[in-house]
Amino acid sequence: MGEFLLRRVALAVPTLLLAMTAVFVLARVVPGDPALVILGDQASLEALAALRERLGLDRPILQQYLDFLLGILRGDLGRSLVTGKSVWAEVLAVIPYTIELTLAAIVIGVVLGVPLGVYAAVHRNALPDTLTRLFSLAGLSFPAFVSAILLLLAFAIELRWFPVISAPKVDDPLDRLRHLALPAFNIGLIMTAYVTRVTRSSMLNVLGEDYVRTARAKGIGMRAVLWRHALRNALIPVATVVGLYLGTLIGNSVLTEIVFNRPGLGKLILGALNQRDYTLLQGLMVFFAGFIVLANAATDIAYGIIDPRVRYK
Amino acid sequence: MSATTASLEPARGWTHRFRANPTSWIGVAIIVAVILAAVFASWIWPLDPLEQSVVDRLMGPSPEHPLGTDSYGRDVLARLLHAARISLLIGVLSIALAMAVGSAIGIAAGYLGGWFDAAVTSLLDVLLSFPTLLLGLMVVAMLGPSIENLVIAIAITELAPFARVARAPTISLKSRDFVEAGRALGFSDLRLVVVHIIPNLLSEVVVVASLWLATAIRTEASLSFIGLGVKPPTPTWGGMIREGFENILDAPWLAVAPGVAIMVTVLGLNLLGDGLRDAIDPKVRRD
Amino acid sequence: MTEVVLEVRDLTVEFRSGGAWHAAVRGVDLAIARNETLAIVGESGSGKSVTALAVMGLVPPHNGRIAPGSSIRLEDRELVGLSERSMDKVRGDRVAMIFQEPMTALNPTMTVGEQVAESVRAHRGLAPAAAWKEAERVLDLVKVPSARRRMTDYPHQFSGGMRQRVMIAMALACQPEVLLADEPTTALDVTIQAQVLSLIEDLKREYGLGVLFITHNLGVVALIADRVAVMYAGEIVETARAEDLFHEPRHPYTEALLSSMPRVDRDIGELQPIQGNVPSIRDIGPGCAFAPRCALAQERCRSERPSLAATADGRALRCWVRGSLP
Repeated sequence: MGEFLLRRVALAVPTLLLAMTAVFVLARVVPGDPALVILGDQASLEALAALRERLGLDRPILQQYLDFLLGILRGDLGRSLVTGKSVWAEVLAVIPYTIELTLAAIVIGVVLGVPLGVYAAVHRNALPDTLTRLFSLAGLSFPAFVSAILLLLAFAIELRWFPVISAPKVDDPLDRLRHLALPAFNIGLIMTAYVTRVTRSSMLNVLGEDYVRTARAKGIGMRAVLWRHALRNALIPVATVVGLYLGTLIGNSVLTEIVFNRPGLGKLILGALNQRDYTLLQGLMVFFAGFIVLANAATDIAYGIIDPRVRYK
Repeated sequence: MSATTASLEPARGWTHRFRANPTSWIGVAIIVAVILAAVFASWIWPLDPLEQSVVDRLMGPSPEHPLGTDSYGRDVLARLLHAARISLLIGVLSIALAMAVGSAIGIAAGYLGGWFDAAVTSLLDVLLSFPTLLLGLMVVAMLGPSIENLVIAIAITELAPFARVARAPTISLKSRDFVEAGRALGFSDLRLVVVHIIPNLLSEVVVVASLWLATAIRTEASLSFIGLGVKPPTPTWGGMIREGFENILDAPWLAVAPGVAIMVTVLGLNLLGDGLRDAIDPKVRRD
Repeated sequence: MTEVVLEVRDLTVEFRSGGAWHAAVRGVDLAIARNETLAIVGESGSGKSVTALAVMGLVPPHNGRIAPGSSIRLEDRELVGLSERSMDKVRGDRVAMIFQEPMTALNPTMTVGEQVAESVRAHRGLAPAAAWKEAERVLDLVKVPSARRRMTDYPHQFSGGMRQRVMIAMALACQPEVLLADEPTTALDVTIQAQVLSLIEDLKREYGLGVLFITHNLGVVALIADRVAVMYAGEIVETARAEDLFHEPRHPYTEALLSSMPRVDRDIGELQPIQGNVPSIRDIGPGCAFAPRCALAQERCRSERPSLAATADGRALRCWVRGSLP
């Protein structure tokens, strides 16, 4: 297991390098002149030159690339052009809200999605299965901000069960939960739709496997067959796709944070966009890319825990 | 379309399976309706989507304005119909671009193999797991919002699935007899790819395109909602929701109507894509 | 008279395909005595596996069913019509089954020990620790070397032959009366095959098992079977004691099957592959199912279905042409 862990982490290093290079290319090569983007086309030539110097854009491109990588290696993601604070400081200030939101969504998605998917697979082609499939397809068709607006309208504005603006008092756990509920359910239900769908098809595959028939032949009862034999194997692909889903989850949480006016990475990005805070955007991109690569590695490791064959390969 | 149809021949009977599936029909009906609405927008509802009228601001639904008016007094139904054009246009163009470039990357990686393949594959893995929305957002933020840039940005976010679906069969096809024989006869790589590999990939690529078109339209709407879409006053669904959301307390229909439009369109595309995939993809057909 | 442990009467199993039900197994009669091995022989698609699955109550419920009028008796208990819950008490306890692919028939994510112990726990109600000990004993019994150490290994760490031993251990953990073996050695190479066969033979003798052995390999039949039932297109066409069948095959299909099999006393050049294919269960005509491929077929064979008729010497035959002979 230790060796497996080490191997997987070592594999993440070149991927990380590639991802960072991609961010660099996107940030420096594609847009032409970042200084122009930041200051707009009315800016004077002097102002542009000064900003270029400040951003290090006057140096040779290879030099810029090395500086960029070395910076990341030291854990330096740059500074915000607007506030002058480090990207890390900006991120750390709001990330607890986003983590809280996404974790709650994942819990909702898995806790509701896995049993629903199993249920649909066991009753395949019967009415509950059809309903579940329709529900999950509808869930997958909602852009997160549309469903967020509908939830906001129904439960915050009409029914007034939840606050309209989701900026909780930090030291009051109950208040926090109340503010968390609607945004978390918004992303959580969309994720439920996804997890249900994936679990269903994975479970259908597994139920056709020989070892499920073997387990049935042992006479240990359908419940034990489902939960002990089938589900564990069915969860292997589910773990992978939930890992892949992380990207969508982050995107959805950004949109949801905007709709519910909730502090978090989403509002940080929106602020950076509106203020043309180019360096903050680039730093956030590096942050996300790094996070995604590491999260993928973590998913693979989870995979190894569920499936012994991966560990011993 | 004829090239596509011809390439689907190996999966014999897929049209039959597609037609036998009632949900695919619902998908087809929705998409046809949306396309018709977009194409004949001015004919269906002849009001000008851009004409402002201060007196008619934020009016609720009425016979003259079935979906009410927005904060500039513009007719919401007219804007909704015209917005369908922009959404479909951006969605289709970006998918076409992603399909062309992504498949080319995938074929090149599969055909050439070696370090190039390894590099492309791991880059695709990152790209595939990177938040679509954030990637699109960064690209548009750098390039500036316009229809062309939106198309490019959304295409970039959807390169990976096409590259992936094109790469795997290329690897198995290139070692097949007919390709090996062609190589022995001295045909160029490009010719071999065009004649033998591309036709064999098309059906799978088309399935991916139909499934990801839904995502493309959703991404466009999300970017417009954030404020990175086509510049106002051109109506887009995401942009209408953005504007409507500012008046959510007084005029909820402004945000709800385009929201429903997006949802129904995406649902239609998902139903259609699912039906196509179930009909064509031998892996899911097994059951 | 030997003691019959499993008796199948008029078993018909149907599957739904394209909206209609088609019988994959039609009117099968079988009886297995204690300490006896009955082999069912036939090509793939002849219904032999479905017969075994029906005995286990494992016909897939969403597209398959056992037709009314069928009877499967285990000692004096009728299994057809039992609830899923009651059937679970029988399966793995009184009647057990081992499958063809030891590679895929074991759960890849559970240790071998867990998988063997599971049966004992379910049927004997043993505590986990006691079940674990019992599992170890059974693995030892089927001659898995250093069983104690290997209990915590996963199936992929075992060789094919060892996996099949694990399967047998799982099946025999509760000492059933009847063992159904569906091509258990087909996926193994010849030397391992012989070891597994002799293990099954030993266990049969030791516990007085009734064994239903399904195979398409007549060489295996010659090694282990006491009696043979030949199946074709869902029906039994001939039953006989093993040595009688090899000595004197009566049904044209059995004959064809035997001459398609390589034998030491004959030249390879004399091998006669059977022409044509087993018909699909959806298009079997009114006559004898084998008639379209039969060299002896007459008018009656194509229009009227023969029944399985017992002969004076204790055999049974389903054939118009050969049946009317002595």
